[in-house]
Amino acid sequence: MNIVVLLKQTPDTESVIRIAGDGRSIETQDIKWIINPYDEFAVEAALRLKEQHGGTVTIVSWGPQRVVESIRTALAMGADKGMLIDDEALEESDSLGIAKVLAAAVQELNPDIVLCGHRAVDYDHNQRGPMVAELLGWPHLPLAVSLECDGTTVKIERPVEGGKMVVESSLPAVVTMGGSHAVWNPRYASLPGIMKARKKPLDVKKLADLGLNPEECGSGAAKIRLVSLEMPPERKPGRIINGDLDTEGKAKELVRALREEAKVI
Amino acid sequence: MDFNIPENLKMMANTIRKFVERDLEPISQQVEEDDRIPEEIVQKMKELGLFGISIPEEYGGLGLGVLGECIAYEELSKTNLCFRTRVATNNGIGSQGIVIDGTEEQKRKYLPKIASGEWTACFALTEPDAGSDAAAIRTRAELKGDHWVINGRKHFITNGDIADVATVFAVTDPEKRARGGITAFIVERTFPGYHVGKIEKKMGLRGSHTAELVFEDCIVPRENVIGGDAMIGQGFKTAMKVLDKGRLTMGASAVGAAQKLLELSARYAKQRVQFGRPIAEFQAIRFMLADMATQIYAARNMVYHAAWLRDTTGAPVTKEAAMVKLFCTEMVNRVADMAVQIHGGMGYMKECPVERFYRDVRLMRIYEGTSEIQKLVISREVLKAFE
Ligand SMILES: Cc1cc2nc3c(=O)[nH]c(=O)nc-3n(C[C@H](O)[C@H](O)[C@H](O)COP(=O)(O)OP(=O)(O)OC[C@H]3O[C@@H](n4cnc5c(N)ncnc54)[C@H](O)[C@@H]3O)c2cc1C
Ligand SMILES: Cc1cc2nc3c(=O)[nH]c(=O)nc-3n(C[C@H](O)[C@H](O)[C@H](O)COP(=O)(O)OP(=O)(O)OC[C@H]3O[C@@H](n4cnc5c(N)ncnc54)[C@H](O)[C@@H]3O)c2cc1C
Repeated sequence: MNIVVLLKQTPDTESVIRIAGDGRSIETQDIKWIINPYDEFAVEAALRLKEQHGGTVTIVSWGPQRVVESIRTALAMGADKGMLIDDEALEESDSLGIAKVLAAAVQELNPDIVLCGHRAVDYDHNQRGPMVAELLGWPHLPLAVSLECDGTTVKIERPVEGGKMVVESSLPAVVTMGGSHAVWNPRYASLPGIMKARKKPLDVKKLADLGLNPEECGSGAAKIRLVSLEMPPERKPGRIINGDLDTEGKAKELVRALREEAKVI
Repeated sequence: MDFNIPENLKMMANTIRKFVERDLEPISQQVEEDDRIPEEIVQKMKELGLFGISIPEEYGGLGLGVLGECIAYEELSKTNLCFRTRVATNNGIGSQGIVIDGTEEQKRKYLPKIASGEWTACFALTEPDAGSDAAAIRTRAELKGDHWVINGRKHFITNGDIADVATVFAVTDPEKRARGGITAFIVERTFPGYHVGKIEKKMGLRGSHTAELVFEDCIVPRENVIGGDAMIGQGFKTAMKVLDKGRLTMGASAVGAAQKLLELSARYAKQRVQFGRPIAEFQAIRFMLADMATQIYAARNMVYHAAWLRDTTGAPVTKEAAMVKLFCTEMVNRVADMAVQIHGGMGYMKECPVERFYRDVRLMRIYEGTSEIQKLVISREVLKAFE
């Protein structure tokens, strides 16, 4: 089975985010980069498919050179090869532009199935998977918390308002991963895996290598522009109910504050 | 000068950091109470490849080199130190005698099992009357036909209770002793006459056991002299080579533990309010944090430099290794003391991890050569230059 995982590198969810001077991007120098956690679930799901059916897992990513480390991490987990599309022309692209690039890469690799996170934890657009599926004309199965595949069809379970929905489609298809770390429990990049990953192929491509033109996917083609970013308001410090009151008095004061000030009861 | 850490070593550090955060930290207090590492965790350590980081690739390990080993230990030491100790004898003192001086057959027979973690290895040098003065060991080995017979008692042996194979040092020529009369043997647990004696109750490092090994007419095949017959009488040199190497990785562990103590202390100081302000606003606390960070920075660079020197030149870097062990282990004790101080009364309580670190790091100044012995080594090397 030929499996492709679309992988994005995102800031570690524990990184301290600071808005850059231009007011519409973030400062990147102190950020620790990780594989988007939902994409890491996709790597795990892909490796399980490979264990069942054989075949190859290819990691496809767009981004600057630093993304190599994330691709190598996926290779160390057990993926077979990687492709990084690194082209200056894509710097100001929008989601659709990037989706066109990824779709072109997928076409070149001609897989049976494409897996990726349903969202990336940085910009939270929720667009990459569905857009790539649309551009390829393939079915899209979203928010998978389980995945079964017999080589010709794929079946997933996804949550719906606390309930569960089972969806199925023929291959080729795009599946976007939902769930959580506890659901997918992605494996570690083992130390022997890391040593082996050094020797696995990793192609770095430009737009031209994929037969793409900057005019269709670069900044000029962008239909959406990020205008500004704003930090969440600082959380107000907690308040301790006056220590002079007795227990009953404290309870009364708490109820009053919850009702009149916080307006939550 | 290139201070960049190779990409694969960074990835390895990331993996170990995740493993520490997800699997080890959550149970570190439990392991402390039970004095035991759960078997599932040992299994995960095997799967990650942690038991073979220093063992050459052709024998099933990762062949990382000393810098890689140091970086791995730095990360692994940011939690209960018994986890590091669990893998350390396989990577370090338990296997390195074979790696450095073993014959090809010995390497092929033992190293893959040690690298995978299927077997636990230990290092048995110290005896009740021979600690710092290791040349004073009394355990005796005599050749009887095609096998050696070992008699004697080793104590304070890390992982001695669980080891499947031990590097055992014994006197083969009482006249010559350290000058050609001590030999290193590979002794399997199942050899007749091999016994595990008492398990010590220690100040710290709970979860890792230190045991006595007793040899009563223990039968060891002739081919189990490390390095073969040609190395009979050369065991003391082997021991010193093994310890030289271990000093660097011990330094790295001290750095990792110190870094964790700094992080815990900085967090606590920002959140603990006294006199209406977080204590991090008091200069007394800030200066302690500054001292901790500065000493860690110095220590880390020392470790990396000495490791790089050893990896690139292949030289034993005896003086530097002793300096690293001395400085880093003393450093982490100063840092632990400050960490307890910053935590105030809480730093004295079992529920607080700094209390555990404070006890655990105390050991680092004693085993694998006390601080005083490091100073003997360093001063000897210093004076050599002026002979
Ligand atoms: C938890 C633990 C695990 C251990 N694991 C192992 C192991 O796996 N394998 C193993 O072989 N050993 C192991 N050891 C033993 C350890 O290496 C020794 O404890 C250490 O070398 C010190 O020896 P000693 O305890 O006999 O102290 P001693 O040698 O009696 O030292 C007592 C004091 O005298 C000082 N001193 C001694 N000689 C001199 C001198 N010439 N000049 C100045 N000061 C001197 C020492 O620095 C120390 O302060 C372990 C010890 C512990 C506590
Ligand atoms: C085993 C034990 C027994 C005890 N028994 C008793 C008892 O019987 N009765 C009792 O009442 N209490 C008792 N205590 C409490 C003890 O007196 C306090 O732990 C101690 O006063 C420190 O307070 P703290 O733990 O809240 O630390 P904190 O006051 O939070 O101090 C944390 C750190 O901040 C530093 N710090 C705080 N304020 C400043 C400042 N303004 N400038 C610079 N540095 C500052 C401290 O020196 C310390 O390093 C006991 C504590 C222990 C551990």
